[in-house]
Amino acid sequence: MLTLLHRDLRLALRAGGGFGQALGFYLIVATLVPLGVGPDRATLAPTAPGILWLGALLACLLSLDRVFALDREDGTLDGLVPAPLPLEAAATAKAAAHWLTTALPLVVVAPGLGLLLSLPAQAMPWLAAALLAGTPALSWIGTFGAALTVGLKRGSLLLSLLVLPLYVPTLVFGADAVRRAAQGLDPAQPLLLTAAISLGCVALLPFATAAALRINLR
Amino acid sequence: MSLSDRIWAWANPRKFMALSGAILPWAWGLAALCLGVGLIWGFAFTPDDFRMGSSVKIIYVHVPTAFIAINAWFMMLLASLVWLVRRHHVSALAARAAAPVGLVMTVAALATGAIWGKPMWGTYWAWDPRLTSFLILALFYVGYIALWEAVESPDAAADLTSVLCLVGSVFAVLSRYAAQFWNQGLHQGASLSLDAEENVADVFWQPLVLTLVGFGALFVALVLQRTRTEIRVRRLHSLKARARAEAPA
Amino acid sequence: MIDLGKYAFDVWLAYAVSLGLVGGLVVQTVLRARAVKRRLGEAEE
Repeated sequence: MLTLLHRDLRLALRAGGGFGQALGFYLIVATLVPLGVGPDRATLAPTAPGILWLGALLACLLSLDRVFALDREDGTLDGLVPAPLPLEAAATAKAAAHWLTTALPLVVVAPGLGLLLSLPAQAMPWLAAALLAGTPALSWIGTFGAALTVGLKRGSLLLSLLVLPLYVPTLVFGADAVRRAAQGLDPAQPLLLTAAISLGCVALLPFATAAALRINLR
Repeated sequence: MSLSDRIWAWANPRKFMALSGAILPWAWGLAALCLGVGLIWGFAFTPDDFRMGSSVKIIYVHVPTAFIAINAWFMMLLASLVWLVRRHHVSALAARAAAPVGLVMTVAALATGAIWGKPMWGTYWAWDPRLTSFLILALFYVGYIALWEAVESPDAAADLTSVLCLVGSVFAVLSRYAAQFWNQGLHQGASLSLDAEENVADVFWQPLVLTLVGFGALFVALVLQRTRTEIRVRRLHSLKARARAEAPA
Repeated sequence: MIDLGKYAFDVWLAYAVSLGLVGGLVVQTVLRARAVKRRLGEAEE
């Protein structure tokens, strides 16, 4: 499992692995929104938590079709089914690799982008905390969606259609935590709920992911 | 034959065709009767509500469609479980058949709700938890149907959509609670939701029960009919595949 | 004619929209059932 994780990380960091594309996308979203809604702090500040969450969510989403596509092309995926490693563990490794290479960098740059969107300073640590708590759910749900659509030729639009409704609870609680922090309220409750969803996803979704992979690879 | 044998006999496509063929006319008839009487009764022969005026009559199309919208998903969940556990094709096809019905009912419930909302709340749309969860439910239906359409192998499609239905159900429930939580956070205490059951007097209640039964029968009829169509499509495909295999190359 | 008062338009619209949607679904279901049944009948001969 660690070997698989290690291999995925190396592949992603290698030139052309697509590392940083999601990051660039996130930056562009944070730049375009003020250009669209206007530079007024009074408009930007209240919408900043939602925009930063949506940007992170879409950046995660756009990188999902890569999770299994490369492995399918070179046959690694077919090799995983009879391997001694349970497919559930492989699914966990894939999701973890996606989180480390795509979601974690987003969490790191998010406070910087928060500055661009005039997010109040007291909300910055909570933004990072909420994204840290919520992005594992995004990666694990996304990996499940990618496993469902792995056999399809033009699956990326379908993938978004399947995954986005599943992102609703994470988005609601995650963005609410940041919004409460920005308004000076206590963000602990939505933050804990976000973390709870992530933990639940990490614990249970690999089983569904593995089931979907088995169906698609038989 | 024990009761459970009788129930599982439905899973045999041939038996299902015979049974559903016998039931269908009755289901269509019951639906037509109850909807005809219930809707005309509700539309023409109920008094106006002292608070909502004649707009209360929308209840007879709004509440039953919403009721079916939710229960169609439960039926799909159940059928998906039966397919995953017992591998009866009829079950998977019934789940597939129910999804478009559920989607149309969800859209109808949202549309009538919006039309009702305008005179009552002064707006077609408010991000009320109940409205929000229905919108999300519609998204789940769309995703589920899209996955069925996209996967070519029928068995793989049945498996994948069943897994999606199970996972989706968990997230749909989570979304419902999330929507409640989120809305509370926005407008404290200001409840826009108009509870359908509260203060419904007998005059309104009786035709409502009739339309509920009518829409329920309509749902049964539609799902049976569509499942029969899916079974025939399956048979058509296997006939074609056999013809191709037998044809000289 | 039934007097629906000031909400007449809303009530009519709600009934029209929902019955239109449900009616469309019923028509689509029946038409597709017929078409598939006919095609299966042809294929089985």
